Amino acid sequence: MADRLAPSSAAASTAPALGPKRGLSQAWQRRLFILPAVVVALAVVIFPTVFGIYVAFTDWQLNDPSGRTFNGLANFAAILRDGRFWNALKNNFLFVGLGVPFQYLVALGLALLLNQEIRGRRFFRVVFLLPFMMSPVAAGWMIGRSIMDAQRGPLPDLLGRLGVEDVSFFSDGTRAILSLLLIDSWYSIPFLLVMLLAGLQALPPEVFEAAHIDGAGRWQRFRDMTFPLLLPVSLTAVVLRAVFEFKVIDIILVVTGGGPGNSTETLTAYIYRRGVQNIDVGYATAMAQLFLVVVIAVIVLVLVTVGRKVREVA
Amino acid sequence: MAVAVGRPAARRIAGERRGAATGRVGFVLGRLATYAVLLFWAAVCLFPIYWTFTTSLKDQAGVLQGPTYVPFLDFEPSSLGWDSIFGDADQRAIFLRNARNSLLIGLASSAFAVALGSLAGYGLARFDYRFGPWRNRDISFWFLSQLILPPAAVVMPILILYNAASLLDTQIGLILLYTVVNLPIVIWIMRDQFASIPIDLEQAALVDGATLFGAFRRVVLPIAAPGIVAAFILALIFSWNEYFFAAVLTASRAVTLPLLIATQVSSQGIKWWSMAAFSTAAILPLTIVGILLERYIVKGLTAGAVK
Repeated sequence: MADRLAPSSAAASTAPALGPKRGLSQAWQRRLFILPAVVVALAVVIFPTVFGIYVAFTDWQLNDPSGRTFNGLANFAAILRDGRFWNALKNNFLFVGLGVPFQYLVALGLALLLNQEIRGRRFFRVVFLLPFMMSPVAAGWMIGRSIMDAQRGPLPDLLGRLGVEDVSFFSDGTRAILSLLLIDSWYSIPFLLVMLLAGLQALPPEVFEAAHIDGAGRWQRFRDMTFPLLLPVSLTAVVLRAVFEFKVIDIILVVTGGGPGNSTETLTAYIYRRGVQNIDVGYATAMAQLFLVVVIAVIVLVLVTVGRKVREVA
Repeated sequence: MAVAVGRPAARRIAGERRGAATGRVGFVLGRLATYAVLLFWAAVCLFPIYWTFTTSLKDQAGVLQGPTYVPFLDFEPSSLGWDSIFGDADQRAIFLRNARNSLLIGLASSAFAVALGSLAGYGLARFDYRFGPWRNRDISFWFLSQLILPPAAVVMPILILYNAASLLDTQIGLILLYTVVNLPIVIWIMRDQFASIPIDLEQAALVDGATLFGAFRRVVLPIAAPGIVAAFILALIFSWNEYFFAAVLTASRAVTLPLLIATQVSSQGIKWWSMAAFSTAAILPLTIVGILLERYIVKGLTAGAVK
């Protein structure tokens, strides 16, 4: 077994001979570092994945005494005709497609501002990170159910004073989705901000000094240097954020419950209702498998297409 | 940091080129705009927390009269909200049990995740593994790819598995699950941390006759403390705030604070004072952690992303 510790270490490279004295060969000592994590992850991840694939092809209802029977592709055929499924999937894409770019732009702007010599830098950094610590459930109540409340909330009150006539945040599907996105962005932006700020601080200062001497303006420097140099970090941050954005669920259950109607229901919410509340396990699990395929496809697509661009530029 | 220090001087140079007077005015205006935006965003971050805390000091009249902001000036503070948690013996018992669950499950699962993840992260940073066709890269990617799994995709099988194993509504069940959910990010942070530590010290220890594990525990682990703190806090944030799995897998005995809040939302209606008190109690511990340990959270979040 090749080993980064071994080549330059006489003791380690002769260790197999010493091994038996210590009870375990070095090869096994090395494996023991990684095995516990692998075993635990296999036990809790692999079983649900494999079992889930099987259940997806059954008609399992938990309250059905006859148990589960294999029904082939029936679940998947039904899902493809299920308007509620497509609506939920559309909402997932709305959250990722609208939410992540919006959060990225805000975070990038704030990171550029913070990456200057300013007073109270540490104060701003700590305060800007705080929403990241908040539980989405609590944020859902604090902002969605309280601050945005049409009758007693401060935000509609403020908008009313500014002359906005219709100040309801959840009266129709479009508004409700946008309002949920705002709540989601509140606790999601800090992650992107932290990543982008770290990326900015890692950029080589010499390049920028050279650009100053060449007389490049602010916007020009951002467009031709800062932004392209920041692309690798941006890609990592955006992909991770998109991965988490696909999972958005807590605030939906707490703030709108998927309503009005099913207009703000995401796939996770639909699977939860169908599988856990209506115990229609086979159908819900089949949706979950399709969901997983979609998420992986999107992530791979982004990594391949955008990743190639990033490498070209960088 | 060097970037930040370099810029204002450079900007002054650029300003002088355009003409000293307009440059200085532009500089001051730019500064003012910068601070205005930063202060606005600070308000966006802080207001929901401030609002929730002050709402927990209101009573029915204080909530129904419309938005008010400053206790004593705007509204008469009341202990109604906090009484609804701590006043009644039954309520207090429920709240304290859920808070204890959150604390125990959060600390235990984070500790397990950091223990398993440190070992694995060290192995991936220092040894070249070969399991069949799989090398270190593949193992790392396999762990990291688990982040992609939507909870919805695995929750039904886990529900069935837990039902069969009598793990439903137990603290152990959630601890086990949160440990695994946290493992990828912990391994990621710890591998990055170990890779940044020079290898000489371990080699010296090995030459002196230490076992691999002995060298890891006595020599490397103490140096890796910042990474351990970062990984532990991030795992704790996730476990403390997790709602979806807890909603599916617990009913009464192992209920955590987010679940308590979510059920209160539907049952309390306009009893904002009580909801606000619950929310304040749930976010307070991590708010303090965030203020004190911001540096470590940033370290954990940016592990491996910035070279």
